[in-house]
Amino acid sequence: MLIAVCIKQVVTREWQVRVNEAKTWVRDQDASWELNEPDAYALEEALRLREKHGGEVVVVSAGPARVTQVLREALARGADRAIHVEGDHFATADAFTAAEALAAALGGEKVDLVLTGLQSDDQGFAQVGVVLAEKLGLAHATIIMEVQIDPSTASTGSGQAGSGQAATLRVKRELEGGWFQWIAMPLPAVITIQSGINQLRYATLKGIMAAKKKEIRAVPAPAAAAARQRITALYMPEKSKQTRMISGSPAEAAKELVRVLREEARVW
Amino acid sequence: MVTLVVAEQRDGVLNRASLEAIVAAQAMGGDVKVVVPGAPGTAVSAELSAADVTEVIALEHAALGAYTADGFVQALAALIAAESPAHVVFTHTYQTRDYAPKLAARLDRSIATDCIGVKSAGGGHVFVRPMFQGKINADVALEGPAPHLVTFQIGAFRVDALKKGGAAAPSRTIAASVDPSAIRQKPEAPFREAKQAVDLSQAERIVSVGRGIKGEEHIALAKQLAEALGAELAASRPICDAGWLPMERQVGSSGQTVAPKLYLALGISGAIQHVVGMKGARTIVAINKDPEAPIFEIADYGIAGDLFEIIPAMMAALK
Repeated sequence: MLIAVCIKQVVTREWQVRVNEAKTWVRDQDASWELNEPDAYALEEALRLREKHGGEVVVVSAGPARVTQVLREALARGADRAIHVEGDHFATADAFTAAEALAAALGGEKVDLVLTGLQSDDQGFAQVGVVLAEKLGLAHATIIMEVQIDPSTASTGSGQAGSGQAATLRVKRELEGGWFQWIAMPLPAVITIQSGINQLRYATLKGIMAAKKKEIRAVPAPAAAAARQRITALYMPEKSKQTRMISGSPAEAAKELVRVLREEARVW
Repeated sequence: MVTLVVAEQRDGVLNRASLEAIVAAQAMGGDVKVVVPGAPGTAVSAELSAADVTEVIALEHAALGAYTADGFVQALAALIAAESPAHVVFTHTYQTRDYAPKLAARLDRSIATDCIGVKSAGGGHVFVRPMFQGKINADVALEGPAPHLVTFQIGAFRVDALKKGGAAAPSRTIAASVDPSAIRQKPEAPFREAKQAVDLSQAERIVSVGRGIKGEEHIALAKQLAEALGAELAASRPICDAGWLPMERQVGSSGQTVAPKLYLALGISGAIQHVVGMKGARTIVAINKDPEAPIFEIADYGIAGDLFEIIPAMMAALK
């Protein structure tokens, strides 16, 4: 089966976010970048499904030239090939623009299953996978914590088994407050993966060497549709509480904290 | 101008977070209508009718009894086309996340997700949404023709701010336009993984660990501090994902919601998925090496420093 994984490159968690002078975007010229964490779990799940059912894993990312870093990393972890939809505007694009680009890149592929993370650590729309499903005309499910594919039907490259019956997917969807639900649907389908679904593997030296020979196919961005949303201001969040910061050496700060917990907050 | 609020129910029980979306819609001005998708004969909650809204619509079809993305998108796309509201407002629940973007794509309309506020601007609205893990806020204007879809984060609006109407709002039942054969998802009954042995919601004091604890071998240190404070030990999601603490000790949107007297956050950055589960704590203390971590925005007391130095110092001070 052909499994596609849509990945995004985001600034690292440790990076200090600063607003640019025009207050339209962050000042990310000096940022360091990494694979969006939920997408890393989606990639890992795809690799595990390939190990179980056979087939091919293709990773796709829409973004500026810098995103070849995360595509190369995905290849080093075990993906078979990569597609890069090129465009500087994807760095700040809304979810519809990103989904349109990913849909165009996957349009020529006979995918059985598309995986992506449930949301990105930067803009955090939690929309791309769902909108992509609509653009590809596929069923979807979100916030997935387990994936099962009916092995009797998951053998062809078109989502159709030899008998003409659609292959089926069964996924465990996370609900709020510790609840879950299994949902079945026909393949092909799009699912968004929750962090923690599996244990991540990291690239081995062998994987890194092998990745150098793997293909990253560059494709042009589709003609940009009108943007769906526009950022009119960016600013640091206002504090909802008056926080008392306790300073001093660790010993002094700890002693003062214990005192205020006893005498002011009265937590005992 | 009409704002249509989509409320959520399961087996006739209203998801009270839906009331927050009505509060948001009331703040936006204009008339507010509420729609509740469900199976025929599902009673409309009295809580919805009591709100100051012009109408409550029961959108009914046998195929809407159990939630499916395909069923809800079909039913709501037809209703929204018929009602032509200016905005469609949701609370950003896991169910909303599952289908609202598809509904927007089906309607070819814009959507802003996970918003925490709304402001008037130039005769319209801009919506406030957190980005970069809550480190920054953006005001976002939606482009293109109406309706615009907006989802609001749970807790962004307070249910106690709900404006009540003078009399019960009129209700109307609409037979939803759904083709059951076009619903591809086959849902099974929701379940809980295991009986929750740890009920953190009753804890008076909680010590909670996040990524800043760095390694499984340091969990013991947090546990010692919890014991010294007479507190339960809890964690943010990444710690439970890594298996360093069991899932039943997770606080946040996918775990437990807690309201202790003391919530001591150790190395927790304060991502919203965690904060929704603990912001009701009476006293919040954050210890984090990053002085700009979002957790400090909601903390009563904060120490910007190395928790591996501060924890032993706290235990010494407690003796």
